[in-house]
Amino acid sequence: MPEITLVEAVTLALARAMAEDKEVVLLGEDIGVDGGVFRATDGLLARFGAERVFDTPLAEAMIAGLSVGLAAQGFRPVAEIQFTGFIYPIIDQILNHASRLRTRTRGRLTCPLVVRSPYGGGIRAIEHHSESPEALFAHIPGLRVVIPSSPRRAYGLLLAAIRDPDPVMFLEPTRLYRSAREEVEDTGEPLPLDRAFVLREGGDITFVGWGAMLKETLLAADRLEADGIGAEVIDAATLKPFDTETLFASVQKTGRCVIVHEAALTGGFGGEIAARLAEGALTSLLAPVARVAGWDTVIPGLRVERHYMPGENRILEAARKTLAFA
Amino acid sequence: MAPREKAVRVEAGALGAKSEELLRYLREMLLIRRFEERAGQLYGRGLIGGYCHLYIGQEAVVVGMQSALRDGDSVITSYRDHGHVLACGIDPKEVMAELCGRRGGASHGKGGSMHMFSPERNFYGGHGIVGAQVPIGTGLAFAHRYREDGRIAVTYLGDGAINQGQVAESFNMAALWKLPVVYVIENNRYGMGTSVDRASARTDLYHRGMAHGIPGEQIDGMDVLAVRDSGLLAAKHARSGEGPIILEMVTYRYRGHSMSDPAKYRTREEVDRMRSEHDPIDQVRRRLLESGAREAELDALDKEIRGLIAEAAGFAQDSPEPDPEELFTDVFVEA
Ligand SMILES: Cc1ncc(C[n+]2csc(CCOP(=O)(O)OP(=O)(O)O)c2C)c(N)n1
Ligand SMILES: [Mg+2]
Repeated sequence: MPEITLVEAVTLALARAMAEDKEVVLLGEDIGVDGGVFRATDGLLARFGAERVFDTPLAEAMIAGLSVGLAAQGFRPVAEIQFTGFIYPIIDQILNHASRLRTRTRGRLTCPLVVRSPYGGGIRAIEHHSESPEALFAHIPGLRVVIPSSPRRAYGLLLAAIRDPDPVMFLEPTRLYRSAREEVEDTGEPLPLDRAFVLREGGDITFVGWGAMLKETLLAADRLEADGIGAEVIDAATLKPFDTETLFASVQKTGRCVIVHEAALTGGFGGEIAARLAEGALTSLLAPVARVAGWDTVIPGLRVERHYMPGENRILEAARKTLAFA
Repeated sequence: MAPREKAVRVEAGALGAKSEELLRYLREMLLIRRFEERAGQLYGRGLIGGYCHLYIGQEAVVVGMQSALRDGDSVITSYRDHGHVLACGIDPKEVMAELCGRRGGASHGKGGSMHMFSPERNFYGGHGIVGAQVPIGTGLAFAHRYREDGRIAVTYLGDGAINQGQVAESFNMAALWKLPVVYVIENNRYGMGTSVDRASARTDLYHRGMAHGIPGEQIDGMDVLAVRDSGLLAAKHARSGEGPIILEMVTYRYRGHSMSDPAKYRTREEVDRMRSEHDPIDQVRRRLLESGAREAELDALDKEIRGLIAEAAGFAQDSPEPDPEELFTDVFVEA
C-alpha cells in the first residue's frame, strides 16, 4: 500500500462517502473545475458530476446557509471554505442556524453538515491564510470541532464527520497537507468523534495539542527522552466534545501538563483544558498547568512568522519549567 | 423616474488626448507592468512569500481612473493592489520591500502583498477579504458627504467579489444616502478559477445597482482613454451629489490568479489572443507612434522604467528583515 498525504486522505474519504451515499454533495469556491486550492476535491467533479460537486459564487454566508437548507432536507453537504480566514461570515449561519436546528425542532430536523477548511499557520502564507479560530467554534453549543493531524486520522474522522447527524467544523492543518504521509487503507472505517489519541506514551509529563503543533510537540518529546524523561503526547483531535477522560488518565500518571496550540493565548482552547484540569484533576497535579500558544497579536508576515509559531524550543522550555516545579 | 441603465455614454477616447498625456499613461502603465514582472521573478526565487496577485493586463483600469481623480479623493481596493498602490504614487521601492516582507516596506514588512496602505495618499488599502472593501469604501464616501469636502471614494472590486452579500448591502446604502462613491468593477472574467458565467446569472455586471437606481456603464477596460473618460464623467456624477455610480471595466488578467494557479479554467489561446490583440500598453504605444512619437523615444522610456524597477528590487533585497519585536507593536496604542 503506498503512502498518501493528508490532503489525499481527505480526497479519499470524500470519494468514499460520496460513493456510499448519493446525498453527500460537495460545494464551495473553486472546488469543482479547479479541484480546490489545495486540490482536496481533485478529480471528484469528473467522478461524481456537476450535480454533486459544485462551484459556488464567491459568497461564504450563502454557502453556509444553502448548506443548512440542503441539510434540513436530509442531504449531507460538505462545504469547503477556502481558508479559515474567510470563515467568519459563516458564523451567523453556523451559530444561529446549523447548530440549533436540532434543538429548535426537538430533533425532528438535524443538520448533517460538514464545513471543511484549511487551517493554521506555518506555511508563511500571512493573515487570512494562517489563522486558528477553533476556539470560536468550540464555544458554539451543538457544533463539533475536529482537527486531524495525520492522514489516517483525517480519513477516519472525516468519514465519521460526514456520517454524523450534527454539524461539524473540520479544520485541516495546511502545514500537514503534504508533509504528513502514511499508509491509509480505504476501508470505510470511521474514527470516533469524541476520543483523543495518545500518540506516544510516557510517565513524566503530558503534552496535549492538536493539528500541526503535534509535530513540534513530538520533537520536543524526543529531546526530553534523550534526557531520560518520558513524555506522553495526546492529540486532542476532537476539541468538541473534548475527551477529558483520556487527558485525566494521563495526568494522573504524570502529574504535569503542557498544553500547546498555535492560536493566540487569550481565550484559546488551552484555557478550557486548563480549567477542566483545575476542576477535575487538581489533586493529581504536581505543577501548574502550562500553556504554549501563539502571541496575542495578528499572525504576522512571512519573515516574522517563525517568531510567532510555538516551536520545539518554546515547548521544551515550558516542559522543563513544569518538570522543575517542586 | 425609471433608473437609467446607462448613465454616461462614452466613445472610446472621445475627449481626445494630447501626446504628453498619452506619454504619461504609458509611463504609469509600464511602471506597473515592469514592477509586476519583477515581483513575479522575485516570487519565483522565494524572496516573496505568501500570496502575490499580479495586475498584469489590467493596468489601463487603475491608470485611467487615477487620472480622472482629484487630490484628496479616497481609493480602496482588494488584495490585487500593487497597481493601485503604485498609481497612487507610492514609491516602488517601498512597495517591493513590502512584498518581500522587509523593514523598508510601506508597512515595515508586516502587511505584505495584499495589505498595502497609504493613508497619507488617501489609499485605504488592499484588502484580502473578497468584497470587504466595498462597505468600507462606502463608509469613506459617507465621511466625504458628511464633511461636505467635495471628495469622492473610488471603490474597486472584482467580478468574483460582486456576489458577496455585503456588496449588495452597500449599493443600497450608497443609493439611499446618495453617497459620493464610484464603484469600479474590474471584470477580468475570472474569480480565481471560476469564470463569470459560472458565478453570475448575468455576465455583464454594470447593472448590479439598478434595483437601487444606481446607474452603470460597461467600459473597455483595456483602453486607458475610455477608462479615463468614463472615470471623469463618473467622478463628476458622484461629486455633484447625485449619488453612487458603477463602472464595469471589462479587462483581463494575463497571469494566474496568484502565483500558484492550475490554469485549468481557461485556454492558453485565450490568454495569447487577449495579449496580442487587446494589450493596454500596446494600444497606447500605437497611438503615440501614430501621432508622431519615435520608437526610440518610447524604448528609452521603457528602459528608464526598467532601471527604476531594478533599483526597487535591489532596495527590497538589501532591506533588513523586520525586528522580531515588531510582532508586538501596533496591536494597541502604545502607552
Ligand atoms: C471572503 C473571501 N473568500 C474567498 C477568498 C479567496 N479568494 C481570493 S481572491 C478570490 C477570487 C476573487 O475574484 P475577483 O473578485 O474576480 O477578483 P480578481 O482576483 O479577479 O482580481 C478568491 C475566491 C477571499 N480572499 N476572501
Ligand atoms: Mg476577477
